[in-house]
Amino acid sequence: MINFDDDLARRLAREVIDLGIDPVEALEEGLAKALREVGDRFGSGEAFITELIAAAQAMEAGAEILNEEIVRRGATRKSIGRFLIGTVEGDIHSIGKNIVTTMLRASGFEVVDLGVDVPTGVFVDKVREFKPDILGLSALMTTTMTKQREVIEALREAGLRQGVKVVVGGAPVTEEWVKEIGADACGLDAGIAVQVALSLMGRKPDA
Amino acid sequence: MPRLRFLSSGDIEQITSASLEVLEESGVMVKNQSALRLLQEAGCGVDNEVVQFPPELVEDSFKKAPSSIELHARDGDKHHLVGDDNVIYNPGSAAIYFIDRDTVEMRRAESLDLVQLVRLVDALEHIHAQSTAIVPSDVPEGISDLYRLYVILKNSTKPIVTGAFTKQGLIDMRMMLEAVVGGPDELMGAPRAIFDCCPSSPLMWSDVTCQNLIDCAESGIPAEIIPAPQMGATSPVSIAGTLVQSTAEILSGVVISQLTKPGAPVIFGGSPAAFDMRYCTARLGAMEAVVAACASAEIGKHYRLPTHAYLGLSDSKAVDAQSGYESGLGITFAALAGVNVVSGPGMLACENCQSLEKMVVDNEICGAAYRLMDGVFTDAPALAKEIITKVGPGGHFLAERHTRENLRKEQYMPSDVIDRLTPESWRKSGSKETTSRAKETVDKLLEEHILVPLPRDAERRLDEVFKGILKRHGIPMSRIPLEI
Repeated sequence: MINFDDDLARRLAREVIDLGIDPVEALEEGLAKALREVGDRFGSGEAFITELIAAAQAMEAGAEILNEEIVRRGATRKSIGRFLIGTVEGDIHSIGKNIVTTMLRASGFEVVDLGVDVPTGVFVDKVREFKPDILGLSALMTTTMTKQREVIEALREAGLRQGVKVVVGGAPVTEEWVKEIGADACGLDAGIAVQVALSLMGRKPDA
Repeated sequence: MPRLRFLSSGDIEQITSASLEVLEESGVMVKNQSALRLLQEAGCGVDNEVVQFPPELVEDSFKKAPSSIELHARDGDKHHLVGDDNVIYNPGSAAIYFIDRDTVEMRRAESLDLVQLVRLVDALEHIHAQSTAIVPSDVPEGISDLYRLYVILKNSTKPIVTGAFTKQGLIDMRMMLEAVVGGPDELMGAPRAIFDCCPSSPLMWSDVTCQNLIDCAESGIPAEIIPAPQMGATSPVSIAGTLVQSTAEILSGVVISQLTKPGAPVIFGGSPAAFDMRYCTARLGAMEAVVAACASAEIGKHYRLPTHAYLGLSDSKAVDAQSGYESGLGITFAALAGVNVVSGPGMLACENCQSLEKMVVDNEICGAAYRLMDGVFTDAPALAKEIITKVGPGGHFLAERHTRENLRKEQYMPSDVIDRLTPESWRKSGSKETTSRAKETVDKLLEEHILVPLPRDAERRLDEVFKGILKRHGIPMSRIPLEI
């Protein structure tokens, strides 16, 4: 995985299963640990986001096989939390959202991705339906970030705001904006987004 | 005039033919029904909103578009030619933050900031066009695009670079422009504003921006097609690959525009950024972004289209050495590349913040860039052989008529924003650094500059239209800051 090789990650995952190693342990002690290592290198400036994402994708490739085995054995891997994410209405930029989604999944979150240009009403309906712990609203443009406020207001009107933490993300987003629109936090980049999500779930980022 | 070239004609040939292949093979996603209908009728393959463009259609389209545009001042008394190697600088657009004039902190931008910015730009000699540079947070969101235009029309005579946030926004803004100039026919022949219509990289048109593009074409409003690829993230990490992609994105827009109305004015724009792999930020002040923007304009010139680039802005969050260096590079390179419309002055924090102090510093850089464009005059008076002989060894040129007559042409004289004092007089005048000199200049210009008011009948028509729009949006006048 540190070599960013999806095929290798899959092959090793199969080998691990063949060797009779506990898939939950392989996932948490193997894959997750390797991702943390790349994450640490990213944090210290040795690795760049392109490597972090490639590592997270390799992890997902390996995790998919391990997860199948976990399910087959009737065991469970506890999800850290439920995360609903999408890019707000009028904005069709997906990159920030996709990076965050990959990183969250790799970190053990169960993520539902609503895609781009998501109408405010759809966010509200899906929050009601999926009952996420955290809702992530992405906006790249200064002209569409105002929709983040609209979604938060709509959640409030629907009586759903109390039950969900709202994280806003995107190039123009700041802490000041978070306060202004009544969000809970902002994930300024993919690395921070995961840490923010973990801390909103009451976990230490390095746990 | 000195000209900068990054690309040989062979390079341009390779890039543009790769773009045509991308348009034909990968295609472009178009999320607008009217455009899809037009494209299908013109022989494009359309599959699930992804449009494949036959190369002949693309070639046919850019040939129909005009190679230059006359952009008129508000009162129709003068105009700028957008084309050839002419360069027009205008402020970077749509910042939501503003460097507070007193605390020097970055905060949300408000309507008063916009009013001051527009008045300042009206006063600045080397910034030839206004832009709707700020999205004010104290104005209802549904009309903040057109409120910005309203402020400009009331406070400045300079032509405008703008854009709409919604489909209706463009229609409303067009009505406002028509009100000022007298009607649709008057506007059609003499556009006062350029509208930005931005595809989303990689290879997509949103419903709104695509409809804006179509509506511009229909009313003869120049549309500036500006892809904003982030190299390494939303376009290839290589500059050449980014050019292949962004050229395809622009050409797809040119086709849509020309199918709507042959001969509609379009501008070959660009806002390339280097995606910073450490902080996940779009770096518009990066050298790679400057090179990509200039090279993209070379491709635009190859197609004989007017060109645009986002240059002269900085990723710095303060008016400082970085903002000076990055903006200076962008403004200078844009001049050397002959980019026709250059958006960026005043802007900080990628494309997110405006500063009046930076605007006056950038104005100086723009002034110097115009001098750069003049290069070396080599006519007989400039060669000055007779004067050299006349003055002779050991003399001086200060008292010569030749010096007086050629001084203003040969030397660009910056304002006091640029320090040229002796060390001693600099100390005596308070040892002021750039930012404090810039602040004083802003104060002075805002106090002294005399605005040319909108002619009475034009103002009445504009107010009527604006009130009508507010009424339709159900927004009471009391919610609009009108002390403008």
